[in-house]
Amino acid sequence: MITALLLFWPALAALLVLLIKGQGAKKVAFVAALIEFAIAIVATTGFDAADGRMQYELNLPWVANAGIGFHIGMDGISLLMMLLTTFLVPLIILSAFKHDYKNPNAFYALILFMQTGLIGVFVALDAFLFYFFWEVALIPIYFIAAIWGGTNRIKVTLKFFVYTVFGSLFMLAAFVYLYFQTGATDAAAHSSDVQAFYQLALSAETQSWIFWFLFIAFAIKMPVFPFHTWQPDTYTESPTQATMLLSGIMLKMGIYGVLRWLLPVVPMGVSQWDELVLILSIIGIVYGSVIAIRQHDLKRLIAYSSIAHVGLIAAGIFTLNEQGLQGGVIQMLSHGINVTGLFFIIDIIYRRTNTREISSLGGITQNAKALSIFFMILLLGAVALPLTNGFVGEFLLLLGVYNYNAWFGAIAGLTIILSAVYMLRMFQGVMFGTKSEHTDAFTDLTFNEKAVLIPLVIMVFWIGLFPNTFLSISEPAVGNLLNIINR
Amino acid sequence: MTSIILLSVFGIVNLFVGFLKSKKILLPLALLFLIVVFGVNMLGWNNTQTYFNNMLTIDNYAVAFTGIMVLTTLLILPFSQSYIDAEDENLAEYYSLLLFSLVGAIMMVAYENLIMLFIGIEILSIAMYVLAGSNKRSLRSNEAALKYFLMGSFFTGVLLFGIVLIYGATGTFDITEIGAANVMVDGTTNTMFTLGLLILVIGISFKIAAAPFHFWTPDVYEGTPTFFTTFMATVVKTAGVAAFYKLMDASFAGAFASWFPTVIAITVLTLVVGNIGAVIQPSVKRMLAYSSISHAGYLLMTLVAFNDLSENAIFFYSLSYAVASVISFGVLKLVEDAREGNHSFGAFNGLGKTNPLLALVMTISMLSLGGIPLTAGFFGKLFVFSAVIETGNLMWLVVLAVVLAAIGIYYYIKVVIAMYMQPAGENTRVPVSGFATLVLIICAVLTILLGLAPGLVSNAL
Repeated sequence: MITALLLFWPALAALLVLLIKGQGAKKVAFVAALIEFAIAIVATTGFDAADGRMQYELNLPWVANAGIGFHIGMDGISLLMMLLTTFLVPLIILSAFKHDYKNPNAFYALILFMQTGLIGVFVALDAFLFYFFWEVALIPIYFIAAIWGGTNRIKVTLKFFVYTVFGSLFMLAAFVYLYFQTGATDAAAHSSDVQAFYQLALSAETQSWIFWFLFIAFAIKMPVFPFHTWQPDTYTESPTQATMLLSGIMLKMGIYGVLRWLLPVVPMGVSQWDELVLILSIIGIVYGSVIAIRQHDLKRLIAYSSIAHVGLIAAGIFTLNEQGLQGGVIQMLSHGINVTGLFFIIDIIYRRTNTREISSLGGITQNAKALSIFFMILLLGAVALPLTNGFVGEFLLLLGVYNYNAWFGAIAGLTIILSAVYMLRMFQGVMFGTKSEHTDAFTDLTFNEKAVLIPLVIMVFWIGLFPNTFLSISEPAVGNLLNIINR
Repeated sequence: MTSIILLSVFGIVNLFVGFLKSKKILLPLALLFLIVVFGVNMLGWNNTQTYFNNMLTIDNYAVAFTGIMVLTTLLILPFSQSYIDAEDENLAEYYSLLLFSLVGAIMMVAYENLIMLFIGIEILSIAMYVLAGSNKRSLRSNEAALKYFLMGSFFTGVLLFGIVLIYGATGTFDITEIGAANVMVDGTTNTMFTLGLLILVIGISFKIAAAPFHFWTPDVYEGTPTFFTTFMATVVKTAGVAAFYKLMDASFAGAFASWFPTVIAITVLTLVVGNIGAVIQPSVKRMLAYSSISHAGYLLMTLVAFNDLSENAIFFYSLSYAVASVISFGVLKLVEDAREGNHSFGAFNGLGKTNPLLALVMTISMLSLGGIPLTAGFFGKLFVFSAVIETGNLMWLVVLAVVLAAIGIYYYIKVVIAMYMQPAGENTRVPVSGFATLVLIICAVLTILLGLAPGLVSNAL
């Protein structure tokens, strides 16, 4: 039941927010998101971390007589993703408080509505339900980005929308095919339940093409090189809150999809193509990093760095060893936290200076001590310095890749050096040096901004210092996953 | 059967009511008639009856599709407000013609005999020829009527020729007997039979505007007053596809191999022409015309699949498509009336500001036509794809349809972009009558409801 509550509360709250005219909408939306987080905490305390199976399950018939169920539930991986979502959404809403968006009720309602879609993706245990929420999450973010975005938003978001729908329709086709393979002896026994999919015994050739049908949908969402072309423009043109939702949470939908719906469903397909995926991911790491080094626009820089970081996560999960998978899960949390924080800091700087060009900034440390400290901590998290959250994930991921193939590990390891190059270059250009005309009257953080950044920074250290809090939640689920893959 | 009689009687009554001075009573009266017919029709559920020496069978298939068509007409009628406001002297005739054409449509889904199919198609078509030209002062409307009539009569001839050949080969017009007839001559299928079958397929393909027999559609849809275009795109198409499937299922299931290549070629062409054609259209009305061609393509996919899932897939898809189309054409008509007949994308600019409700329901309709979850259109596509995938060897067709569906999203979203992201400019608020608002809300709610709980009707047949 608590899963259903988590799922529907944001949608209900969204309807409520829609009715509120004026600036009161954001307060109601924030409170609603906090309530959602409280429910998530309750769910976490009642969660048996030692059990790798699904918990808080709810299984109702959805399309009667067709074996399509409204089946939701959480294992450790789902729980962590759900926690990430419920943790970030209130902060994202809070981060928008200083913006005067037109039609605020629609803006905040869409964010909450999207939260339902995101949670739905992470808890759905039925293929069609998963697809349903997968698209439900897309509609609000499209409107947020396309209505409240920058000057070039219409063209960019159209590309984003059509591109991602294109990929997900392939996933739908694959799901329908798999659905008909279940209960093969008895036509009435078809089922789209996740367990039915796991029990399929498909031939290697079938698994091979199903792999691509599913992978293309997830790869576009993550995005993995060369399916990333929609991403930098969309991140840059979207309003900051949409960028945070996209990079902080939505991108994890793709990775989660791989974990839940790709690896265990077509293990033989994965073993045929995993090397290619690793090569693509590692190209993505180097490519994203090198382009990030050349960027002048702060938002674009972080967008490309995101391609690099996701590339490493993708490489890690496709190694199919425990380090890689565990690293992937923990790095999803860390990346979500770091990238949300970094986009918020860029937004703070942009609002005060009206520019995101590194060359027009500089000397901000002299005016804004607190901002510099927060910025530095989040940045070091992204660079994966020990004691920060990024280190735990990247260490495990690189270990996983190294165990798979030492050469791959070595090249993927470049990410640490390269990310230090572009991140520190950015910090230097923006925060140090002489003040420019834009940064002359820079004011330090307000209370609201601190309220957003402090929880994020706490998480950077929490995951960095006590990663076991989170690793122990996902470990049984990852073990369970590996058992299914290696069956 | 009762619905056919009732509709004919009501149609004549309506003509006489048209002599009254006040036009205000016509719309409520027509709506009342249709509600009665809808109710009477539903009484036939699970109560199969045959009439006229086995010429007509009212079974669940007929009741279900009649239900969709009467419901759609019911939902379309309130958009005739502009004719009422203009005190159009022909209003009673319009309503009567719609009721008469419904008679033809019901025959097309209930026929048990090829003659009945032919008569049904003719009753439907002749009413539509007149309605296409109902805007007498518009050159476009005249062109549409003439084009529709000339092409339509030609393909009626083709259809009849096919029926005659089939009769020659089997000696019967009864669709069940045709299915059971022995058409083997010296160990091969009778050429007359095969030829007749293919000519029949071509004749019906014209009626549902499947490529390559679609050339009349964009011009006719554009020229015809939008109110009647709505009827063409929904009721006429539903009747055509339902008749097509019934014919193939009852008469030609045994000859599957001889029509399958033709039908699959028509399906692929229709999907490609409809979706690619819609992308480059400068006006919303023409875009919707091409999109209706593409939807004929998705519906034809069920015929390609031709298995136990097909009937329900056609039913659900037709229903979701009809409901969404009532919204899209309805909003188009309202916008067009307010913008002096302009039906370009520009006419929709800023609708999100001037008419938030219209923009919202139009968005829901566009998402449904595009097949995005939360809407009925998603399950429509899902069931159609399911039927094809179940055959096991047509994955390539699904892939093609998926790629084209993604292209479809592009042109539907263009409308949404115009409504929400373009400035209103000189566009002012579109006046909407209370009736029309109510219908639009009902359709939007229905679309969402079927998108959340498709099980309500997905196993109806």
